[in-house]
Amino acid sequence: MEDPIIQIKDLSKSYGSFRAVEGLNLNIHKGEIFGLLGPNGAGKTTTILMMLGLTEPSGGTVHVGGYLSAANPIPVKKIVGYMPDSLGFYDQMTAMENLMYIAGLNGLADAEGRKRALEMLDTVGLAAEKDKKTGVYSRGMKQRLGLAEVLIKKPEVIILDEPTLGIDPSGVKDFLSLIRSLSREHGITVLLSSHHLHHVQQICDRVGIFVKGKLLAEGNIESLSKELFGHEGYVTSVQVRQHIPNPWPLQNELMHWDGLRKMSIRGKEVEFTSSQDLTAELVRFFVKENYDVLSVHQKDYGLDEIYHKYFEGEQG
Amino acid sequence: MKNLNSKPSAASPFSIMMRKEMADHIRSWRFIVLITLIVLTFVASMYVSLSNIKSATDNTRDPDHIFLYLKLLTTTDNSIPPFHVFLSFLAPLLGISLGFDAINAEQNSGTLTRLLAQPVYRDNVLLAKFGSALVLVSVLFLALALSMIGGGLLLTGVRMEPQELLRILGFVALSIFYVAFWLSLAIVLSIIFRAAATSALSGIGLWLFFTVFYQIVVNLVIRSVLPDPAALSPDQILTYNEIIMDFLRIAPNQLYMDATTTMLMPSVRSIGPMTMEQMSGAIPSPLPFTESVMVVWPQISGMIGATVGCFALSYFLFMRREIRS
Repeated sequence: MEDPIIQIKDLSKSYGSFRAVEGLNLNIHKGEIFGLLGPNGAGKTTTILMMLGLTEPSGGTVHVGGYLSAANPIPVKKIVGYMPDSLGFYDQMTAMENLMYIAGLNGLADAEGRKRALEMLDTVGLAAEKDKKTGVYSRGMKQRLGLAEVLIKKPEVIILDEPTLGIDPSGVKDFLSLIRSLSREHGITVLLSSHHLHHVQQICDRVGIFVKGKLLAEGNIESLSKELFGHEGYVTSVQVRQHIPNPWPLQNELMHWDGLRKMSIRGKEVEFTSSQDLTAELVRFFVKENYDVLSVHQKDYGLDEIYHKYFEGEQG
Repeated sequence: MKNLNSKPSAASPFSIMMRKEMADHIRSWRFIVLITLIVLTFVASMYVSLSNIKSATDNTRDPDHIFLYLKLLTTTDNSIPPFHVFLSFLAPLLGISLGFDAINAEQNSGTLTRLLAQPVYRDNVLLAKFGSALVLVSVLFLALALSMIGGGLLLTGVRMEPQELLRILGFVALSIFYVAFWLSLAIVLSIIFRAAATSALSGIGLWLFFTVFYQIVVNLVIRSVLPDPAALSPDQILTYNEIIMDFLRIAPNQLYMDATTTMLMPSVRSIGPMTMEQMSGAIPSPLPFTESVMVVWPQISGMIGATVGCFALSYFLFMRREIRS
């Protein structure tokens, strides 16, 4: 396997006695969509700034595309497109002028820059608004213009800091699928930071959970969920029409079942934890005992649970 | 994919930044207002000096009366100050207003992060901010000076001495340096303070302090510290006077006034007090250009030094700072 395009080794950053990032190790491979997930103030933005050489690490190194970010930021910035979380444009200039300026700074000649700017505006769906001043752009439009600006230099890596912040739900969906298709078509590596779990879950190949400056876990969503909840086994919750008393006379019989480890009764709902999948047997049991089963739900751990789990662990 | 970025291009990032910054300045209302202000004062002082030019050039007791064009810049009937005095307090305003939001406005609007995420050197950003404003100011001053010369030539038909041209260009250069100092100071303030209003106010505060209060403060301190002049020998008075002048010359506008006065009035031979012995035997005649430059060289180097100092400070503050909006 070739070298990872982003290599972070023992990275740390402190502000006085506050440690924003501590001992971060992370490799991101070419073409991957990686989600950096964590609450506000976890050190995500600081990490990103260190990748771009916009702030100096207190310890450790970041290599992007083989270049050391802290010492040699110019070649890094040539291949990395970065969209910051609080996105701003020169309000007195039109979208086109803004893009042309960035194209120029990336060493594109005027004609080439113009051609590519038009292309990018078309890609992000802003072609009709290209001559409007960015001062009148809405948040979602700015976000898309930001993406156009990131893409204009044909980057190998794009880093998006909270890209879904402040866009409405349908906008988020479009935006994320745009990112995903761009990444797949052009083989662009994407690093995405967010505190919105669902957004990340939609498009990321791999996520890293980042709390208080530390990377607590890393991997794809299935492996994370297995790692975390594997010891708990399967969780099935059954909801019935009748009220179930607590203690329940049938409880003892059930507890003798093979593999059933735990059950908790909450009014009309019972939750079972078992080492193997007992859903079918449980439903049959309830029907036999004349309960009207309204819903059966087998718990599938998403990022939400993973995230909360880690977050609780950190606080506890 | 890789080679696309390294393609040779028409312009370097620095010249693109310069172009953009200059366009921004020219389109901004702020710059238009300032230009109007300066052009108006220029026209007003030219009008006054033109109406008094005859008496000024007829005055044979003044050794400078042969320099018509320098007289145009300095003559006044005391209704309004001459142009270079006007400029000594308008130039700081020009410098401050062109620089006070150079960095913090970009930082607050979130464009600085984006700008620095492009493959550009950080110092180029500072240099472009400084250079673009300075180019515009230079063009403005040069245009004013040349239009004055041209206008004078048309109106009077008097031939211009080469020396006069040199002196007027010297005056323009001094004014540019003077603006450069305030501009770089304003850029430093724009790096230090996050709010543009704070940096503008502290810039204007410094300007007011140096133009109004500094002399008052120096005089107050001197008066309480200095021994009674009646008890001193003339030599001691002279030494004390020198010391007072040296303190006053910390103020950049004092440096500018000293330098421009010497530059525009060729008969000025010293900017400090002179004893009778030094004066005796001197014929009141204009100095050659190079001699005038020698007289004000400390002032010129002082202004350049202050500018470079401020600029270096802005580098120091900006180069390793964390860029975050």
